Amino acid sequence: MKQIDPDSVNVILATDCGSTTTKAILIRKVDGEYRQTHRGEAPTTVEEPAADVTLGVVNAVAEVAEMAGRRLIDDAGRILRPASGGEGCDLYISTSSAGGGLQMMVAGVVREMTAASAKRAALGAGAIVMDVLASNDRRLPHEQIHRIRELRPDMVLISGGTDGGTTRHVVQMAELIAPARPQPRFGAEYRMPVIFAGNRDAAPLVEQTFDESVQLSIVPNLRPVLERENLGPARDKIHDLFLEHVMAHAPGYDRLIRWTDAPIMPTPGAVGNILQRIAQQQRINVVGVDIGGATTDVFSVFDGTFNRTVSANLGMSYSISNVCAEATLPSILRWVHLEMEEGELRNHVKNKMIRPTTIPQTRESLFFEQAVAREALRLAYDQHKQFATTLKGVQQQRTVGDTFSQEASGQTLVDNMKLDLLVGSGGVLSHAPLMQQTAALLVDAFQPEGITWLAKDSIFMMPHLGVLAQVHPEAALQVFRRDCLISLGTCVAPRGTGAWGSPAFRYAISGGGLEEEGALSFGEIKRLPLGLGASARIVVEPARKVDAGAGPGRPLEGELRGGTVGVLLDARGRPLALPDDREACRKAMAQWVRDLDLVPPVPA
Amino acid sequence: MAHAYTPGLKVSPRTRYRCRRILPIKGEVLVRTGQQVDSRDVVAQTFMPGNITPVNVANLLSLPPADVPECMLKEPGMRVEAGEALARTKGIFGMFKSECKARVSGTIESISQVTGQVILRGEPIPVRVLAYLAGRVVEEIPGEGVVLESEATFIQGIFGIGGEAFGPVRMVCRNEKEELTAERLDEGMKGAVVVGGSRMTGEAVRKAFRIGISALVSGGMDDADLRQILGYDLGVAVTGSEPVATTLIITEGFGRIAMARKTFRLLASREGAPASVNGATQIRAGVQRPEIVIPSPAGDAGEVDAARTAGLLEVGTPVRVIRDPHFGMIGVVSGLPAEPRVLGSGSRARVLEVRLESGRRLVVPRANVELIEA
Repeated sequence: MKQIDPDSVNVILATDCGSTTTKAILIRKVDGEYRQTHRGEAPTTVEEPAADVTLGVVNAVAEVAEMAGRRLIDDAGRILRPASGGEGCDLYISTSSAGGGLQMMVAGVVREMTAASAKRAALGAGAIVMDVLASNDRRLPHEQIHRIRELRPDMVLISGGTDGGTTRHVVQMAELIAPARPQPRFGAEYRMPVIFAGNRDAAPLVEQTFDESVQLSIVPNLRPVLERENLGPARDKIHDLFLEHVMAHAPGYDRLIRWTDAPIMPTPGAVGNILQRIAQQQRINVVGVDIGGATTDVFSVFDGTFNRTVSANLGMSYSISNVCAEATLPSILRWVHLEMEEGELRNHVKNKMIRPTTIPQTRESLFFEQAVAREALRLAYDQHKQFATTLKGVQQQRTVGDTFSQEASGQTLVDNMKLDLLVGSGGVLSHAPLMQQTAALLVDAFQPEGITWLAKDSIFMMPHLGVLAQVHPEAALQVFRRDCLISLGTCVAPRGTGAWGSPAFRYAISGGGLEEEGALSFGEIKRLPLGLGASARIVVEPARKVDAGAGPGRPLEGELRGGTVGVLLDARGRPLALPDDREACRKAMAQWVRDLDLVPPVPA
Repeated sequence: MAHAYTPGLKVSPRTRYRCRRILPIKGEVLVRTGQQVDSRDVVAQTFMPGNITPVNVANLLSLPPADVPECMLKEPGMRVEAGEALARTKGIFGMFKSECKARVSGTIESISQVTGQVILRGEPIPVRVLAYLAGRVVEEIPGEGVVLESEATFIQGIFGIGGEAFGPVRMVCRNEKEELTAERLDEGMKGAVVVGGSRMTGEAVRKAFRIGISALVSGGMDDADLRQILGYDLGVAVTGSEPVATTLIITEGFGRIAMARKTFRLLASREGAPASVNGATQIRAGVQRPEIVIPSPAGDAGEVDAARTAGLLEVGTPVRVIRDPHFGMIGVVSGLPAEPRVLGSGSRARVLEVRLESGRRLVVPRANVELIEA
């Protein structure tokens, strides 16, 4: 990687080559601070007839250049560097998920232990994990082999065994994969990269198992002892091989790689990178979500531990029908306050699936899509909670004090009460006509507890900033705070449930132009204005057995951040249970829609 | 801006249709450039390495893995039949020997001293690629396959299930608005590509399966019927490998929706002609739609056009609305306002005006129309 002097960087150009759109942003140093100033986009050009990703990059950059009034491309169609006067940029970086991103197959010995660690390594590196093979995944060897043969991964990661432990099982797994010869999707000439990150004693035996039809790399064990994961070396190797092999097979990438000042990262890997840095720098717990047309990515950092999951078939267009199949239509309709006919809705869903680019034209259609989004987000977050756990298989040392505690290994790390910042991005969240709709979607799906700051990624800039953080962390963090996040406000929601109408909590808010006191009963939600940049103090006095963050029944004092929505005081209970009866549920929803002002005004 | 690009489905009376017929792995190409082929001819074939079956000899004979090689009765590369002994222990003083038999026939691929596992490779699996289209071989890709070309009537559907199928076109509805019901189907339609008008009913589909109809083509179908036919709720539109006896193709969408008049008339004009159809649909990057291809008779001097998929949207262009509340309505573009407008949903989006046949005018988001040909 090229050495960069951070002080000499004044103009930064970043692109994100997505499957359909290439997005470019321009960052400039203004009054000593880095700010994102312009953005542009153009269709991605990896498919025929263009079949050269740099064309889309040049088009997107040309749009930025036009808007910024700055020449960024030279006559030969290359990015101008360094910046001088009104021309060029000092740094050019890029991420990519074009061509379906990085698709991997991972294998381990025990599904809950080494295979789970391998999956974490692959997901953390930004890959789509097509399947996880393990000795105990309840499939017979021939079924596993059949699966290996029908998958077309770009890369395989094998782990298994702790260092110094038995070699037998991991070699057995390699013995299944080697003759099954997984076919790469890039054609017969492609030598499949296989990474071995298992028991170091098994490495020479695994090496003997594979022939020259694959390119085997051996890295340190990602689970050297049961108590510890060491995912770094495997993740780094995945990134290297992604650049050397996968990207090299995508049209035009060889040129793009030469253009950039830092290695190209898979888009989700870059998003994870920036969230980790934010959590680390501000010592907070963060959850980020990106809901797309086909998939939903959830990222979390709790107590410094980063996790990412991709829910491959939970999305708002290509996968909308799958959300309905998984969540079931009655669960989706819980979130709709209008009467809708089920058979017709089913046909609507399928029509959206086959024509994924259409947009809701009516309110009914918008409310229905937002209801589907709530369920997609909820399911994706549930999957994330199940995956983001403490290490399984770790021996627990229990003391007398633990006698009555039932905690086992493999507990989820996700704790909504500890969550400080919830960031949403993706079409349905970013393009909601009203900001309070975005906030309501996040609150209903994620059900944050205690005091949680809500924000949205303004123009999905996190990938650009993630890769920028590698070479210029200061610039990345400044732009993240100033331009990337749009604060929606703060949600205050104590944990606990009660009969609707019974007291939930009292509150007193002061500061930021707000002087409010009051009480909320279970089943109620209230929105108070607190503008962007403003802050206030709140004292919450929860009812007995209700926990606002300081323990059941104990008062809590905290800070509220303002935003485009303001403060949401949510006494609907956690976990949020909606009435089972459809009519009662519809009435409750209609009340919340009024309380939060979720109905857009009628167009003139 | 007075125009924009928008997607549409190809519907062409006569187009030069090309298709690549490629093996999944390298093999042998059986036809030559210039050769005329029929849709059911095999153009390329290969053999996939057979399935592998692991046999854990160490476990089966209760041996340490390192002792497995010396107990083996066959070496790597040797053939073994199902039921034949693979390995035998030495026993005690030559007695009490135990044996391990092969469960499948095949060749011994490897014997592991580390795990005691023997890998058996089964019989090679033949893979054959059919021509799919009656036409001429225009390019031979050595070891991989061929490119075929034919002048043909070409119609893309919006969604389908089931793979490639062949048969003569049979029309069973008098117009594009009539439903494709079970009563319209009879035993004489076995092996045919049957075309209806609007919705195909679930009962009609089940009857088509029973009769052995090659394919059903119609305007729409209900999701509830699709779910019943498949036995599950389809989550993602990636289809083509469903084990259905009849390939199903809908040309417009889900619900009770009539086939576009032009499509219906075009299919009717080719009644009796042999068609090749494919229900495979992939709605992802690199979209694939189901198709109906009917080669034009030789010597027919019709005009060849370039079937279009996406084109210029300008005033006068015929379009179909593809989203509620006006789903399925057909008209022509009568205005393309440059400024985004606030929709009923509250979102801002670029819109266009559509004049329906009745003279009524609609305002719809540009994302919610697709081009159709007049």
